Amino acid sequence: MEPDVKRPLLDEAIQALRGRWPPFSRDESPIRLATIGSTVVLPWQEKLVYSVRLWAARHARWFERLYRAFEPVIVKLHPLWKSVGYQRAEKPMAKVEEISKGMLFDCQMCGQCILSSTGMSCPMNCPKSMRNGPCGGVMQNGNCEVNPEMRCVWVEAWEGSQKMKEADAIHVVQLPVDHRLQGSSSWLRVARGASEQPVEQQEASQ
Amino acid sequence: MSINDGAGRGQLASDAQSFSSAGRLEHVLRAGHFAVTAELAPPDSANPEDVYARARVFDGYVDSMNATDGSGANCHMSSMAMCALLTREGYETVLQISCRDRNRIAIQGDVLGGAALGIRNMLCLTGDGVQVGDHPEAKPVFDLDSMSLLETVARLRDKHVYTSGRKLSDPPRVFLGAAANPFVPPHDFRPYRLAKKIAAGAQFIQTQYCFDLPRFQTFMARSRDLGLLEKCFILPGVGPLASARTAEWMRRHIPGVHIPDAIIKRLEGAKDQKAEGRNICIELIQQLREIEGVSGVHVMAHRQESYVAGIIEKSGVLRGREPWSPSNSTTRERDYA
Repeated sequence: MEPDVKRPLLDEAIQALRGRWPPFSRDESPIRLATIGSTVVLPWQEKLVYSVRLWAARHARWFERLYRAFEPVIVKLHPLWKSVGYQRAEKPMAKVEEISKGMLFDCQMCGQCILSSTGMSCPMNCPKSMRNGPCGGVMQNGNCEVNPEMRCVWVEAWEGSQKMKEADAIHVVQLPVDHRLQGSSSWLRVARGASEQPVEQQEASQ
Repeated sequence: MSINDGAGRGQLASDAQSFSSAGRLEHVLRAGHFAVTAELAPPDSANPEDVYARARVFDGYVDSMNATDGSGANCHMSSMAMCALLTREGYETVLQISCRDRNRIAIQGDVLGGAALGIRNMLCLTGDGVQVGDHPEAKPVFDLDSMSLLETVARLRDKHVYTSGRKLSDPPRVFLGAAANPFVPPHDFRPYRLAKKIAAGAQFIQTQYCFDLPRFQTFMARSRDLGLLEKCFILPGVGPLASARTAEWMRRHIPGVHIPDAIIKRLEGAKDQKAEGRNICIELIQQLREIEGVSGVHVMAHRQESYVAGIIEKSGVLRGREPWSPSNSTTRERDYA
């Protein structure tokens, strides 16, 4: 799934494939290169990831169940994370998250996962990074105004959320993203938050 | 000449405590009048006279003017500057804040600055993507979205803190607005999204162009069921279409504009398409007024601004009320806050 090639080289290859010369570096590229997490991928892989992402949102109920079973496990492993050290666990865990969620949801690693509140459709795939619902520019066919080839992330999110048990989670107002958390593990944060909050509260009450 | 816009000094003194702003728009709406707001096209110049000339055509017919913030992602004079200029003359303005060009540091600074300059209304928008405008190579910011922007400004106003938690000594007293587009998918989600915006702090709503009345009625009925109509003032967007061709172009090229075929057919069949466009607009305003929960209209007459006064006059929605303008006021009423 992940091409193990250095990025500039891959960039050149993609540019050559698309008949553009001279190639641009990734940052100044006039076309949006497909990525899984932070890894640049080829066009066919982008299409595959896109279809998988739509499929995941359509099976939001199933993924909700999976996540519900999975979350307590991550939280219960708190002693393990603590003994390894949250800081040391961070990097490998983030990589695992990036690959697994990247393949399933085209996760952008914002570090503050709200997939279960957005019908299992990652809102960071919205070109406007909208985390609270669709903008007013959605096309009549349900596609994105910025990228007309793509289904609106929030059309998918709404349909996905309606299949989920916690269908109301989509109505919660999400606060602005903390950009410092970009690339960090959302799972570890959940584990740490759930396990350490009571301790802090105890300390506060004493 | 009588001014009856529900914003007299006596009323201000008694109600000011419970109002969010000292602006006339909030007073007109809370007094139960049918409000009229209009979109003000920003000039591509640094000449303040251009701004005043554009505002003057609405004199006596609109309660507030929206100064757009790089609408359609095109570069123009800033909304902040236009509002500041117009506020000096005593006009009521709506500052449009879009998330496309500024991050939370810049936006919060602008909210404080705008309020200090006398701007009483702010409309929180996500903004168009840069690709539709004249600078498609620009970096899209989108640090906040319209919802978190609303929440941010409401927090500045009500909790007197920045998003960082740092305290303000004087909060901005502003009437908070948001946009809605009931005419595009996912239709079922749209009333809930309105609910979310109200929860985040929206007090008035201006919608995208309304040409599809049945769709709007469904949206309003659903919003009523959700109990939203008592919590905010809704001003559907209207505007005259210049011709069938313009209408066709708009629905193809402007994201979010939905114009039913019936409207285009009616324009095509008319002898004078421009006049017919205005007639459609007048009829729509009159029909919208009858819908429960509609508190006013927001007129967007791009390049047809000079017809707005006539359209409002013919629609009869002001019922003899004359909104404030420099020519009909005896006092500037600049400093009644």
